[in-house]
Amino acid sequence: MITVKSSLTTLGEYVQLMGRVCSRPDRMRMFLKQYVTEMFQLGYNSIAIVLIISFFIGAVICLQIKLNIQSPWMPRMVVGYTTREIMLLEFSSSIMCLILAGKVGSNIASEIGTMRITQQIDALDIMGVNSANYLILPKIAGLMTIMPILVTFSVAAGLIGAYATTFMGYTSVSELNEGFRYSFNQWFFWCGMIKAIVYAFIITSVSAFKGYTVDGGSVQVGTSSTDAVVSSSILILFSDIFLTSILT
Amino acid sequence: MIELRHLYKSFDDKEVLKDINAEFRNGQVNLIIGQSGSGKTVLMKNIVGLLTPTRGDILYDGRNFVQLTKKEKILLRREMGMIFQSAALFDSLNVLDNVMFPLDMFSDMCYEDRKKRAQFCLSRVNLSGSENKFPGEISGGMQKRVAIARAIVLQPKYLFCDEPNSGLDPKTSIVIDELISDITHEDNITTIVNTHDMNSVMGIGENITFICEGRAEWQGSNKEIMDATNKKLEDFIFASDILRQVKMAHDAK
Repeated sequence: MITVKSSLTTLGEYVQLMGRVCSRPDRMRMFLKQYVTEMFQLGYNSIAIVLIISFFIGAVICLQIKLNIQSPWMPRMVVGYTTREIMLLEFSSSIMCLILAGKVGSNIASEIGTMRITQQIDALDIMGVNSANYLILPKIAGLMTIMPILVTFSVAAGLIGAYATTFMGYTSVSELNEGFRYSFNQWFFWCGMIKAIVYAFIITSVSAFKGYTVDGGSVQVGTSSTDAVVSSSILILFSDIFLTSILT
Repeated sequence: MIELRHLYKSFDDKEVLKDINAEFRNGQVNLIIGQSGSGKTVLMKNIVGLLTPTRGDILYDGRNFVQLTKKEKILLRREMGMIFQSAALFDSLNVLDNVMFPLDMFSDMCYEDRKKRAQFCLSRVNLSGSENKFPGEISGGMQKRVAIARAIVLQPKYLFCDEPNSGLDPKTSIVIDELISDITHEDNITTIVNTHDMNSVMGIGENITFICEGRAEWQGSNKEIMDATNKKLEDFIFASDILRQVKMAHDAK
């Protein structure tokens, strides 16, 4: 009973905070400056990890399918086809966002949490600045803008990773090309984009909420950072089921 | 002038502020003193609107802060400047950008004018030449001075300082006190300083409110404090041997 009550209270606080976040910025010039900064910090700084992970996962998926699934009874293009579908439908959108929830989510929660405990947020409030809007909206807008680009990079890196396995002699470029092109449904790409945008909102808003509502000291900032990653990961997994069922 | 009328604040069942009545005068350094846990910070947070009082009124030149609409509160807050105990400078901005921040948010000046105003405020607190440093690269005293520059950049009518000398050596504390006092008198600001530093009390306390166990026990100036007969105030002020001897010397006269 207490858990239900506290969950509902937390949900109410989250909705209230989002109400403050989603208002018109006090100064558009400052919002745009922050928006560009956040796109750079949250997105640009994540490109390397996205490319590295996607490259290797793409290569491993290709190898696994080649070694474990393909048989003389299956067409040779099945390796490329399956790799493409996994990267496009699940890995680059959902699993990559789960990984980014760890990197970006903990970053946001600890940054805002530290601002809270060092009274920087109080300073903004006393100046008459809508601190929630000033701090959180650029992060949400920034990551929602950059996430589809990261997902596109992830898909591309995964496919390049699959091509890289040809050097090991497990498959050939022509087989992969055939598989990559086979029965391509453009809508799957857009599904990935829609998922990425929703997950970007979940990662930034939940992590920002956890950081904004920190009360205490450095230990609580650490706890909120962990909570942010756990909560946003669980929400991403839940919404993955929901989005997959309605989009595909 | 800021007036508090029958101000109460409770957290759950615990009453932290009990029927506080006080006046903080324009153009004077008003001090709130009291021992740790007496309710000073809670009182300050209520005055600036970071907490909402359980009941009572807070009047800013006749405007009751408690009854103002959200929009009116935001507008009133633009007349306030605050210096926090921890300075609360924005880590990601350098000194100049920290001071320019309120201007960037609320002023329609062009960039050059905003920069000139920020540089003027930095020169006022003797920090010219530190514009490009980040908060992590400067000392605690310098951080406090940057915080003062940021607080006065919009020419506030009300200045709040929450333990501005905490963590500073006595010499730097005197510099900060003098700075706050000079700014208050030159710009005719209503300044409220939350402190338990006796040097500040004796040095700049023109109007002192003593808080004990959530109640305003005494109000007067630093000149009157030596002759005060309030037992709780005496226990607090003259807790140290040095001050007790000063008191004895004063009484002997």
